[in-house]
Amino acid sequence: MTNLSSASKPGFLLPPQPPGPIKWLRDNLFNGWFNSLLTLFSSVVVFFILTGFARWAITEANWEPVIRFPTLYAVGQYPRDELWRVGFGISALAFLIGASWQKWGGVLKGVALFLASVFAVLALLPTSHPQLTVAMRAYFASVPFIVGLAYWLARSERFSKRGIIILWMVYPIATLIVLNGVDGIEFLRKVSTTAWGGLLVTFLLAVGGILLSFPIGVALALGRRSSLPVVSLFSTFFIETIRGVPLITLLFMFSVILALFLPPEARIDRLVRALMAMTFFSAAYTAENVRGGLQSIPPGQIEAAKALGMNGVQTMGLIVLPQAIRAVIPAIAGQFITLFKDTTLVVIVGINDLLGIGRSIVNSDPQYVQAQLEVYLFIAAIFWIFSYFMSLASRRLETSLGVGKR
Amino acid sequence: MRAAAQIISGILIIAFLIWVILNFLRAADARNLSLGYEFLSAPAGFPISDPGIAYTPADSFGRAFLVGVVNTLRVAVLGVVVATVLGTLVAFARLSSNWLLSRIALVYIEFHRNIPLLVLLFIWYFSVFREFPSIENSLTLPGPIYLNQRGVYFTWPRLNENGWIFMAFLIIGLIAAIYTWTRLMHKQEQFGKETHFIRNALLTMLAFPLVGWFLAGSDPFWIDTPVFEGFNIQGGLRFTPEFMGLFVGLVTYTAAFIAEVVRAGIQAVDRGQLEAARALGLRPFQVFNFVIIPQALRIIIPPMISQYLNLTKNSSLALAIGFQDLFSVGKIAINQAGRAVPVFILVMISYLIMSLITSWVLNLYNRRIQFVTR
Repeated sequence: MTNLSSASKPGFLLPPQPPGPIKWLRDNLFNGWFNSLLTLFSSVVVFFILTGFARWAITEANWEPVIRFPTLYAVGQYPRDELWRVGFGISALAFLIGASWQKWGGVLKGVALFLASVFAVLALLPTSHPQLTVAMRAYFASVPFIVGLAYWLARSERFSKRGIIILWMVYPIATLIVLNGVDGIEFLRKVSTTAWGGLLVTFLLAVGGILLSFPIGVALALGRRSSLPVVSLFSTFFIETIRGVPLITLLFMFSVILALFLPPEARIDRLVRALMAMTFFSAAYTAENVRGGLQSIPPGQIEAAKALGMNGVQTMGLIVLPQAIRAVIPAIAGQFITLFKDTTLVVIVGINDLLGIGRSIVNSDPQYVQAQLEVYLFIAAIFWIFSYFMSLASRRLETSLGVGKR
Repeated sequence: MRAAAQIISGILIIAFLIWVILNFLRAADARNLSLGYEFLSAPAGFPISDPGIAYTPADSFGRAFLVGVVNTLRVAVLGVVVATVLGTLVAFARLSSNWLLSRIALVYIEFHRNIPLLVLLFIWYFSVFREFPSIENSLTLPGPIYLNQRGVYFTWPRLNENGWIFMAFLIIGLIAAIYTWTRLMHKQEQFGKETHFIRNALLTMLAFPLVGWFLAGSDPFWIDTPVFEGFNIQGGLRFTPEFMGLFVGLVTYTAAFIAEVVRAGIQAVDRGQLEAARALGLRPFQVFNFVIIPQALRIIIPPMISQYLNLTKNSSLALAIGFQDLFSVGKIAINQAGRAVPVFILVMISYLIMSLITSWVLNLYNRRIQFVTR
């Protein structure tokens, strides 16, 4: 009726009406007998799966092994009175991300907000869990504030971009030293890496692997295209061998027989050996992605750089590599997501990452053996959230860098 | 300058290799390691729970290793076939104009792509295939197919004495049908005249096995039905829970990636092509078969190759759920002191050979279907 009355006003053109829900249903679910049948059939299946799952999750499932050990899932056997060190790592990260959000914006905004909201949710969880003490809640609540504080502080000119980049470089080393402890310092006593576990180890392996594998991968890609036959042959052999074998052969190689090829004095930590295997594995794939990017750069770019009087290093570093890497961001981001998921394989060489902690909780009590599905679904959910967030972030990065546009 | 860089890089790499080898020789001396492959003919001494070919612990280690290779290939080949079919179906569901179906496919894809394969394998193995009831209370599916703790038992046709004649004709019929299909389809593409290539190919495929059945004299195969005998099931085609866990996990995981590859390939075909084909009056099947598939395949095949290679390499996760593939057999051999290095080299070379053969074959196919640019 309202349409009619407004349309009847002289000189007033009616805008096209948005399609109503009935029309939408007809177009998308019930166009033709085949589609209608398909819709009916799949709704029934979805209904049964959803209700079945909900009933199982609420009434039958035993979520105790998931709920009872949050600290174990988070940091493994890391000494409980040394947890402030992990807190230091998180707070420093929150500060850096907040400051970078102010300076660079873009994807970092999403990362900062994600981090802040995760901890805000943790701080406000409506449970009376014994491990979620008031102090713990207070700490969790401080993380979003640190992000905000850093964002606010970084407005001033005294925080230069260069300073923040230097802090980013210092951060991983400082955090590792704090987590690991230093011999002879009372309040920073050594914590053996065998005690590290859970999400902490998963993140260390993933972030460490990403940070280290990227430069090695770029170097290998350049090496493979090098005009020096020795370098190119070595890089090609390295890349193709690693890409041809499964990751767990590498993990085993580094954990079992690496020691045979080093002098007997050299003792490399278990966790570092696993990290090395993950890094080399990921580097070989990154190298192939970067090589694809290098091949996509038209030779005119190199010739133009030469004509401007740039030398080889300048041409590579300022002209070719930036364009090549930008072109393959989606592939590299996908590779990093794979690396993050592949950290679970360290379970097989006996490192207690998130999945490893889940397994040992399950095996610690015959009652929990019955509740394996619950534990694995919980772990899958954690991985899902982070992987999905990473793929969202990479899509944002692509748009903000204009991949495929220029 | 170039020569200097050449020589320096060469010296560095060679010095590194010599250092590594010297270290190894010292360690080998101290720990009494062997580098030879004599152990391949020595008795293996360990059992393999689900051998793909006949095997006892008294057999040689070489034989045990071969069992590992066969087991890996069993999972990989079957997995590639089933994952391709499932992945393509999911891709079509994702592209369907039916909103609900497309959403279901999206949820399937996003769920599997964002969780680690190992977690998925644990879910399938520990909380599905290991949780089936005992033999007495087997779940029964029509077929009959029995599901229980000991595995999955299928009713399965097995060949009689004269069965090979039928099988030979069946295979010849399949090849002839593929030949008829491609030949007649090309003819239709060239001359634009209906050649009924689908009908003719199907008829070829049916005719040959029928002749084979007739020539074989009696029934070429018999139906092997699993039957309960005491506390066990005899007969039928049995798959262990370990195999099923690995297989189902690998297939459902890889299918999600294959679905994305296929979807991207189909969507990459220019919309104008589709509209032009419709405007020419081609029927939906013809649009699909003559216009979309040939162009989409060119985009699909290269990433598909790497998915197949991933599936093969990922099958080494069998170790985590106790299916004894190439890598698990190798690992047992490593634990028997002193063989770590030769066994590792053997395992890695085996995987390399499998990867190389797979990508070589598929690259041949890929080169055939790519555009011929003049």
